[in-house]
Amino acid sequence: MKITHILAAASAVGFLASTTAMAGPEAEVLHWWTSGGEAKSVAVLQQEFSDNGGTWTDMPVAGGGGDAAMTALRARVLSGNAPTAVQLKGPAIQEWYEEGVLADISDVAKAENWENLLPAAIAGHMKCEGTWCAAPVNVHRVDWIWANAKVLADNGISLPTTWDEFNAAADKLMAAGITPLAHGGQAWQDATVFEAVALGILGPDGFRKAFIDLDEATLTSDAMIAVFDQMRKMRGYVDGNFSGRDWNLATAMVMNGEAAFQIMGDWAKGEFMAAGKVPGKDFLCISTPGDGYLYNVDSFAMFAVKGDDKKAGQQLLAKLIMGKNFQKVFNLNKGSIPARTDVSLDEFDSCALLSSQDMATSNSNGSLLPSYAHGMALRGAQSGAITDVVTAHFNSDMSSADAVKMLVEAVKNSM
Amino acid sequence: MSDWLERHVPKMVLAPSFAAILLFVYGFIAWTGWISFTKSRLLPKYEIIGTLQYERLFISPRWDTALNNLFIFGALFIIISMILGLILAIMLDQKIRTEGVLRTIYLYPMALSMIVTGTAWKWILNPGLGIESVVRGWGYESFSFDWLVNPEYAIYTVVIAGVWQASGFVMALFLAGLRSVDEEIIKAAQVDGIPTSRIYSAIIIPSMAPIFLSSFIVLAHLAIKSFDLVIALTGGGPGYATDLPATYMYTMAFSRGDIGQAASSAMVMMLVVFAIVVPYLYSELRAKND
Repeated sequence: MKITHILAAASAVGFLASTTAMAGPEAEVLHWWTSGGEAKSVAVLQQEFSDNGGTWTDMPVAGGGGDAAMTALRARVLSGNAPTAVQLKGPAIQEWYEEGVLADISDVAKAENWENLLPAAIAGHMKCEGTWCAAPVNVHRVDWIWANAKVLADNGISLPTTWDEFNAAADKLMAAGITPLAHGGQAWQDATVFEAVALGILGPDGFRKAFIDLDEATLTSDAMIAVFDQMRKMRGYVDGNFSGRDWNLATAMVMNGEAAFQIMGDWAKGEFMAAGKVPGKDFLCISTPGDGYLYNVDSFAMFAVKGDDKKAGQQLLAKLIMGKNFQKVFNLNKGSIPARTDVSLDEFDSCALLSSQDMATSNSNGSLLPSYAHGMALRGAQSGAITDVVTAHFNSDMSSADAVKMLVEAVKNSM
Repeated sequence: MSDWLERHVPKMVLAPSFAAILLFVYGFIAWTGWISFTKSRLLPKYEIIGTLQYERLFISPRWDTALNNLFIFGALFIIISMILGLILAIMLDQKIRTEGVLRTIYLYPMALSMIVTGTAWKWILNPGLGIESVVRGWGYESFSFDWLVNPEYAIYTVVIAGVWQASGFVMALFLAGLRSVDEEIIKAAQVDGIPTSRIYSAIIIPSMAPIFLSSFIVLAHLAIKSFDLVIALTGGGPGYATDLPATYMYTMAFSRGDIGQAASSAMVMMLVVFAIVVPYLYSELRAKND
C-alpha cells in the first residue's frame, strides 16, 4: 500500500518535472536513413527543427532495409510509447492506422495547402480515411533504364522505346560480347525489373488492375503470360554471375562499360553522380518502354503521442518536412525529386527534370502509379507473395503459364 | 531449522530460474501457439479463427521448398558430418605425433561464427571470384562449378559450408569416445590377431553408440535452427531456392508483417524438433528408470 503511494508520488513529481523542463516542441523520429548521403539529408531536417526551437531525439535503426526499424517500432507501439514520427511508406501507413495508433495532422495539412501541392495519387497515400496522417519526403521513379552512353554509341544502339527494340539492342550487345543487362539476383531487384516490364506490356490500366486491385482476370490474362515471357528473355540478358549481387555493383557494371543497361530506381543515379559521371554525357536515363510512371515515395507517418509539447513537435515536423527548403536539399542529396510540385528545380540534373515532367504528365492522364516492388501498391503479405513467384520464375526454367497459375494461387493464399 | 534449510534452500535457489524458464520458454511457446491460430498481421491479435494459418502455410510453395530444403540439408549435413568426423577421429587416434596441432586445426572452424563461414564460402563458391574462376585461370576453360547460383544445387553449397564448420566438432566428440573404449578389450583382440579394421567395426564403433546419439542430437538441432549460415551464404537465393523454415519465419514476421503465418511456421518447426528430441528423452528417461 505504502509502496504504491510512493510510486504514485514519484511518478507525479517526474511528470511535473518533465512537463516543466521541456516546454518547446519535441519530436522523436524513427528512421533508417543511416548511410552517408541519407544521414546528411536527415541532418538538414534536424537542423531546421532545432532552429525553430524544437528538441529532436534521433532514433536511427539501421539494417535489413527497414526490417530492424519496424521491429523496434512494433516493440515501442506495443509498450504504448510510440515515437512521434516514423519513416513509413505506402499501404504500411494505412496498416498501422488500422491498428489505431496514428495521429491526425489535418490541421497542418490544411494550413499548408498540401492538397493542392501534391499529386493526387501521392496525397492519397498520406491520408487515412480522409484525415492526413503522414508527410511525404520525396518521389523516386522506379521504371528507369540507365545506360552507358559510350557502349551504346560504339555499338550503334539508340535508347529503346519499345520492348522489341530493347530485345533487339540486347541481342546485338550479346553478339558484341557485352552483358546487355546489369542485374543483381536479389528478390526485390527481380521484382523491380518485373514491374517495369509489366507496366510496359500491361499498360497503366492493366498494371493498376493487376497490382493494386489484384484482379484475377488480369493476373491470368495472356498479357501477363507475355510479361513472364519477356522476363525469361531478360534472364538471358544478364551475366552468369548475377546471383546475390547488390544493386550498386550492378550500377558499377554499367558505369565501367561491362554492361549496357540497368533497370533500377533513381537511387542508381546517386551512384553515377558519386563517381563523377555526367547525365546525358557519360550515362543516359530514359523511362522503361511503355506509358506510365511508377513512384516510390518515402514519407513520415505521425503516431499518436501524448503531451502538448510532443503534439507541437509533430505539427512542426510535418510542416518542415513539406517545407520547400527541406524538400529541395533532401532530394538533391538523395537523387529523387520533391514530392511537392512547386519547388524550383534549377539545381537538379536533367534526369530529375525528366522525372518531374513525366510525373506531371502522368498525374494528369491517370498513369501515375505506385511501385509494387517497393511496397507502395500492396501490403507486405501480398507484394511478398507476388515477389516469391517472380523470383522463382526468374531463377528457374518455369514456364510462363505455370508462373501465372502460381501467381494467382499465391495472391489468394496471402489474403 | 537446519533440516528445514537443507530441504528448502535448493528449491528456493532453483525457483527463480525455474520461473524464468517457465515464462520465457514455455510461456512464449504457448503464446506463439495461440498467435498461430489468429489472423495477426502487423501486431498480434488474440481472436482465434481456427487453422487458417496452417492451411495457408501448407499450400505455400515457398514453405514447401523450405521444408524440403530442411530435410535435404538436415540429412546430408548430419550424415556427412558424422562420417567425416568419424574418419578424422579414427585417423587421429593412430597415435600420430602431431595430434594436438591437427586436432586444433580441425576443431577451429567451430570457433567461427556461422556468418563468417557463410561469407567466406560465398566468396569461395562464387563462380566469378572463387574456385571456378581459379580453375579456369589455370587453363581449364570449360570447368564449371556454379552450384551457388544454380537454384537446383544451391542448397548443397549450404551443406558444404555447414559440414566444413561442424565436422571438426563431431571429430572431437568421437575422439573422446574412441579414447573411452576400454584398452584391455582392444589389446585382447589384438592378441587374438584380429585385424584393426575389424576391431573398429566390431568393437570400438558399436561401443560408441551413445556418442553417435549425442552428436546426432547436437547436429540435428544445429540443422533445424540454421539461419545465419543461409543468410550469409545465399541470402535464401537464388530466388528462394535455399530458404529454410527459420528464414521463412523471419521473412514472414519481420519483412512482411504476417505474424500469424510466422507463428504457424514456428510451431511446425517446433514439432519437427520434438519429433527428434522426444524419442531421445524417452529413451534416456527409461534407461534411468530401469
